[in-house]
Amino acid sequence: MTAAAFERALDMVTRVRGVRGAMLVSAADGLVVAEHLMEGIKGPAVAALAGSLSNRLGRAMEAAGVGASVFWHLQGTQGALLVVPAASGILVVAVTEAEVNIGLVRLELLRAAGAVG
Amino acid sequence: MAEDIKSLSSQLAQDPLSLVFLRLAELLRQKGQLDAAHRVALSGLERHPHLADAHDLYARILADKNDFERAFDEWDMAVRIAPHHLGALKGLAFLYFKVGDIDQAVAHLEAAHKHAPDDASITQALALVRGGQPAAAAGGLGIGREEKRAAPAAAAPMEEARVFAGLEGAQEGLLLLDAAGLVLGGALRNPAGQDVTEAVAAYLAGVSQEATRTAKLLGLGTWTGLATEGGMGHVHLTSPTAESLLLVVRDRAVPMGRLAIVAQRAAHAARRWLERQA
Repeated sequence: MTAAAFERALDMVTRVRGVRGAMLVSAADGLVVAEHLMEGIKGPAVAALAGSLSNRLGRAMEAAGVGASVFWHLQGTQGALLVVPAASGILVVAVTEAEVNIGLVRLELLRAAGAVG
Repeated sequence: MAEDIKSLSSQLAQDPLSLVFLRLAELLRQKGQLDAAHRVALSGLERHPHLADAHDLYARILADKNDFERAFDEWDMAVRIAPHHLGALKGLAFLYFKVGDIDQAVAHLEAAHKHAPDDASITQALALVRGGQPAAAAGGLGIGREEKRAAPAAAAPMEEARVFAGLEGAQEGLLLLDAAGLVLGGALRNPAGQDVTEAVAAYLAGVSQEATRTAKLLGLGTWTGLATEGGMGHVHLTSPTAESLLLVVRDRAVPMGRLAIVAQRAAHAARRWLERQA
């Protein structure tokens, strides 16, 4: 997949009102593959933490017998982090404001994950 | 009103994609024809699944039919589509009040009040909810038909002893851990019936700290929940205290919004349980 295709996938997510940024992260090593973030967000650090959290959650869910994670969502009092793992092992990540349409962001993340493959 | 219903039915028949179903279903609801209102609203919702007003209307009909669980899902969906939807915020406040979660009821009413400061029904409901007058508060919110408004019972407190008693509590799908991933209470079984408590706890060690660091780094404030949608079930993590982590697992049939409520109640029970153990 080309860098332009990655950009297009992220663009779909960042168009949603209330999304502060989006990025593609390699789940295996927590490295940034592509990013489209607002200034002030430390991409590499966010990628590392999102990758680590995703791995822990994935293993816990597998152990609990509830299957692989399709979508996860860290809610804070002032915003949220939303993640959809793509089939290729890439995480599609969105950072949002508190008052965002979570359902819509989820749909765009799923769509972007489908495009990323 | 009968003529209005006839006229609106005719308009809807001529243009099934129009939004006239909203007025028609509401009229039917007000008239007490709940089954007909249900059919019209559901049919409209199928054609307009992203319309917050349609979810709100459907939720009102479900609430009138005392199907509060599904009403919650519909109001939850309406708020996801339109975070400031007044009807949905008031509806959720009403349902939170019914289960005794006054804080959440007030929070939803305050959110509604913020966006409609001149709405007297919200002001009245806020005062009544804070004063603990459930039936009157429901009336203030304009939810539920009068004759069906029984005073909701206070929140049925979770039976902490049962929930956190160990394997016998495993059917609750709850697990309480300390920051290091050591099991404080509850237990989990996988769908095959095997005890998976320790394995799940081991993977979750440190999750609370990572969630805190991530939230801080991103300026998300204090993290309040970590919800995960799985292929066969949903998981919700929350932190009842600074040093503990609570995991709630439910089947996929339980919507994420409802699971968040279950988790909030469980966290409340966990806090009380931890206080008693100290």
